[in-house]
Amino acid sequence: MSCFDTIQNYAFRSLGYGERMLPRTDFTLCEHFTLIGSGMIWNVYYGLLAIVTGFFFANLLAVAKNSNSLWARKPAEWFIFLFRGSPLFIQFFFGYFLFLSLKGVSPIFNPLSSAALGALIVLFLNTSAYSAEIFYGALRSIPKGDVEAADAYSITGWFRFRRIMFPTMMRLAWPAYTNEAIFLFHATTLVFFSGFPAWRQQGDALYYANYFADKTYNPFVPYPILAMYFILLTLVIIWIFGLVNKRLNKHLPQASVKKLRVRPNLIR
Amino acid sequence: MAFYASFGTVLLLLATTAPTALLFGLGGAMAARGRFFLVRWFGKGYIAIVRGVPDIAFFLFFVIALDQAIEWMRHKVKCPEWTDPVRQGSEFLVCDMAKMPLSSSPQWVHEIYGFWLAVFTFAIVFGAFAANVLYGAMQAVPRPQLETAEAYGMSPRQTFWRILMPQMWIYALPGLSNLWMVLIKATPLLFLLGVEDIVYWARDLGSSKTARFTAYPHGDWRMWYFLALLIFYLLFTRVSEIVLARVTKRLSHGQATLDGESQRKAGSAA
Repeated sequence: MSCFDTIQNYAFRSLGYGERMLPRTDFTLCEHFTLIGSGMIWNVYYGLLAIVTGFFFANLLAVAKNSNSLWARKPAEWFIFLFRGSPLFIQFFFGYFLFLSLKGVSPIFNPLSSAALGALIVLFLNTSAYSAEIFYGALRSIPKGDVEAADAYSITGWFRFRRIMFPTMMRLAWPAYTNEAIFLFHATTLVFFSGFPAWRQQGDALYYANYFADKTYNPFVPYPILAMYFILLTLVIIWIFGLVNKRLNKHLPQASVKKLRVRPNLIR
Repeated sequence: MAFYASFGTVLLLLATTAPTALLFGLGGAMAARGRFFLVRWFGKGYIAIVRGVPDIAFFLFFVIALDQAIEWMRHKVKCPEWTDPVRQGSEFLVCDMAKMPLSSSPQWVHEIYGFWLAVFTFAIVFGAFAANVLYGAMQAVPRPQLETAEAYGMSPRQTFWRILMPQMWIYALPGLSNLWMVLIKATPLLFLLGVEDIVYWARDLGSSKTARFTAYPHGDWRMWYFLALLIFYLLFTRVSEIVLARVTKRLSHGQATLDGESQRKAGSAA
């Protein structure tokens, strides 16, 4: 079987299209690349959706945590502590078994125990908590002159937040938020190792890499391929976030703009 | 009983990994600062690669890779007359004498060996993160401190050990405490390495291994088990936060930082 056939058969295997059976013997390099790459579709799916939805919730949480009202602040603080203080791995397990129990209550909850939705919800909550902490820190370090100037022009309330505070908050938070995004993508590899079943062997990149390593008992081929895919993905994320960073800093004298420094030093 | 011991396993792993990883980190940071370019590249490459790839992939990779590397080296030494290739299709074959641990050794030797593989894997991964933190901390020590040391005629080695080393910890502490939190939260990954930790038990106890998790007629107790684990980790994190805050305060004493300065002022006022 030529490499082209392999790509036809397995390129969308992780979504359930193409060949039903995974290769069992005589693994070629092409099969490694195609299947692991096919699994990356799931990593991108989880990461992208969780980042986009989590962004909005994180903003809400950050504002709530900064609020003077006890009723808004306390729940936000507890939410952030809960999700930042416990391992994502345990959150996945707990979420999965919680969804399973809900299934017994009513069939409405059935889709929740599938990996595609349930894991996405856990990731969404998790990244919201981490991003909210970043945004909260940025919100606290908005130069007070900005807000005072807004007050002087009698710009208040929602308008002040949207036009004055929010852009500065984003600008300050962006480098840290880039790291958060990178780590979220790394965290998506945990999904299929944490209870969520890979239905019909439709898993993510690590799932297939692990499959190959188990079958060939040779970790030196699949894992470096996985690493290569992830480094590529990381570069793409840095590029996209760099574009946004450029736009956020457009009004500043360009010499003083700090280059986006990527120092991912968190794991969940 | 073995179930409660698994909590001990997690604590023991933390207690052994933290110093080992710190040692790896120190080595990595020193290599990254090295004057010889190969050493410097090695240090920087180590930091960059480990941090660029999902940690779970490293855990899965290193356990097999280390195991095979050790067996392969023993194989080369102990059975030089063996001519067959080590990899045959999907098999990894070494002679019986090179098996690690020996297939005849008792169960507890296997467990200890597995545990040490886990510690080593954790140390490699977290060593890279620690190296990054320590590298930054070494850069953060005020330049005049080092210049003063040079002015007193200290050699680079003396400057490093007597001036840089004692002062950098206060700069490294925020990063290291963050790392400690991360390390706590990485321990559930232990079960992937085949060590019987708390998650392992949750998956295995009371459920058939290949349960397809489709329909349960009644509430599933494992949900509550994981809730308990969640609380265990939250408490652990909280206690660590409090302890680390104290350590930070203690270490700031007499340092040329804002915190140290405010402590000095408070002390002289009293």
